[in-house]
Amino acid sequence: MSRLRSAAAALAGGGTGTVFALLIAIFAVVAAVNPGFFEAPSLMAFLKQAAPLVILAAGQYFVIVSGNFDLSVGALVGAQVVIAARLIDGEESRTLPVIGLMLLFGAAVGLANGLITTALKVQSFITTLGMLLVLYGAIRLWTGGAPTGSLSESFREAGRMGIENVPLLGQIPWALLIMLALGAGAVQLMRTRFGRVLIATGDNELATARSGGRVDTVRTTAFVLSGLSATVAGILIGGFAGVSAQVGEGMEFTVITAVVLGGVVLGGGQGSVVAAMGGALTLEALFTLFNQLALPASLRPSVQGAIIIAAVAYAARQRRLTSRKPQREARPLTATPS
Amino acid sequence: MSVRRLDTTALIYLALLGVVAVGGIAVAADGGNLFSPANLGDMFTRTSLTGFLAIGMTLVILCRSLDLSVGYTAALSSLVAATTMDGQVANIPLGIAAVLLVSGLVGAANGAIVAYLGVNPFITTLGVGLIIKGYLDTQYRGPAGDVPRDFQRFGYDGIAHIPVSTLVMLAVAAAGIWFLRSTRTGHHMYAVGGNIDVARMSGIRTDRTLMTAHILCGMCAGLAGLLLASRFGTGSAEVYTNLYELDAIAAVVLGGTLLLGGRGGVAGTVAGVAILAVLDTVFNVLQVDPFAKDVLRGAIIIAAVAIYARRQIDRSARRPRFTAADAAPTPGRPA
Repeated sequence: MSRLRSAAAALAGGGTGTVFALLIAIFAVVAAVNPGFFEAPSLMAFLKQAAPLVILAAGQYFVIVSGNFDLSVGALVGAQVVIAARLIDGEESRTLPVIGLMLLFGAAVGLANGLITTALKVQSFITTLGMLLVLYGAIRLWTGGAPTGSLSESFREAGRMGIENVPLLGQIPWALLIMLALGAGAVQLMRTRFGRVLIATGDNELATARSGGRVDTVRTTAFVLSGLSATVAGILIGGFAGVSAQVGEGMEFTVITAVVLGGVVLGGGQGSVVAAMGGALTLEALFTLFNQLALPASLRPSVQGAIIIAAVAYAARQRRLTSRKPQREARPLTATPS
Repeated sequence: MSVRRLDTTALIYLALLGVVAVGGIAVAADGGNLFSPANLGDMFTRTSLTGFLAIGMTLVILCRSLDLSVGYTAALSSLVAATTMDGQVANIPLGIAAVLLVSGLVGAANGAIVAYLGVNPFITTLGVGLIIKGYLDTQYRGPAGDVPRDFQRFGYDGIAHIPVSTLVMLAVAAAGIWFLRSTRTGHHMYAVGGNIDVARMSGIRTDRTLMTAHILCGMCAGLAGLLLASRFGTGSAEVYTNLYELDAIAAVVLGGTLLLGGRGGVAGTVAGVAILAVLDTVFNVLQVDPFAKDVLRGAIIIAAVAIYARRQIDRSARRPRFTAADAAPTPGRPA
């Protein structure tokens, strides 16, 4: 009985369990509306489409749990797709070198975000907002406004193709495998010393620094990881959807929504990476549900907005009920030692 | 504390002067005149829209909150104004009242969710913004309503080269400065932004302070919507795509208000808005690529905040914490 109650508490507690309960509930509604959704091909297609957001959510999780924001990921995803198209320009032989270059670029953008935030003490909100503007402008300046060039077939493989003719499942998309591998990597990473220092930093920066945690190093690393995740997401989205000037637009807000939906607290120190990725899947499932219900696409933002407010209000209420310790102040924009 | 160093507001006005001087010289070297009536008009016009939004944003940021919904509120307000006025001169007061009511209600919703439900302001205002966006996208597929010509003068007329809208914006700014310096609620905003727990335990109704800040911020966005309606002559849902909220936040932070709340003021914000407007005009006159403008703007915002951060560290390192002469609580001082 008590085990049942604690399981119920875990599901309703606004933590990791809740987001997966929500995901299952949404899937149940989807199944009721359209039973065909759970046949292998359409399920695989769903996962293929969801993979970039899940990967971005893992990257954003590192940044958020350490007490920062990364608003530049959407612009970075867009930049990476445009860079790939311009540099590859349809030549198969250039695919691998360009992917290497993109990873370097993503890491460099993350490093710049991290160093400006930690060494120059600029709040990450401003740092990454500035980076968003810089990337947006620089990419359009470089290409003269509209994306030029084209992607090679092998570049698009990762986002579009998969292992064919698998019994029962049909195609297993590469995107799904990449997502699972990176997700497992992220979970492992959070179990290392780095992961523990990262969460501790978000929870109490001063105490972590006094106990010998390298606060600035882990925060900078988190930004680099976010930049790399945006690169991988860019490769998958470019492969899946092709090149356009609008790729990645507004994605920073979608991914922050996903992470928060997973019960990760803005301001840092609470939440798990699995739940963040679960939040991304849930959000994608919700968009699928909107499709199934044939809701007017223009109404989607409203539902999305209402859901994130409700989810966070629910989590905040649960925290208030469960913790008797003095309420920690809501810290929307940390990362500046006073 | 002896004030040997310039305070942040003085510094930002010096920076504005520097930007105007450098911009003027750059334009002169190019064979133009930054201070020609046309360019001045352009500069002032640019300040008014961001100005309205940034003044309201200053209040919420001072309370350590944030409002990402102002762009959507402004778009909604422009539609409310244009559809209520519907081309009738007699409906102008009604239209203005309707806009202030609707925008105030949006602000109240933001404030209530932040203050009473304990939702992070970033999420709250992003969510409310998305809700409005969905409504606008579903309800209005194009421009709607009609603004009478008399009201369009708000956007186009000027007194001695200074547009009416800029004068109204400056009046609102003056009211904001007075509000923060001389009213009880204004002082409470600094206290709430400085440390909400201490403020609450000192007997401040922190919930109400947050509500007030958000309602005023919403109404400022309503004023921006009125200006948009008078400029376009019609209501337009599409204006939210311009991401005005990010411009406003940038101007506030450039003006020396701490993003973490508790320090700053409207005077600095006006200078921040002016700096962005001067830069935009100079770039326009020099015909700089519009995309280069984004790059420069991003770099300038980061650099400005980095400079402020440096000053803060120096100051806190040098200031003795408890001295008899330093009895006045510095964080609560309007800058």
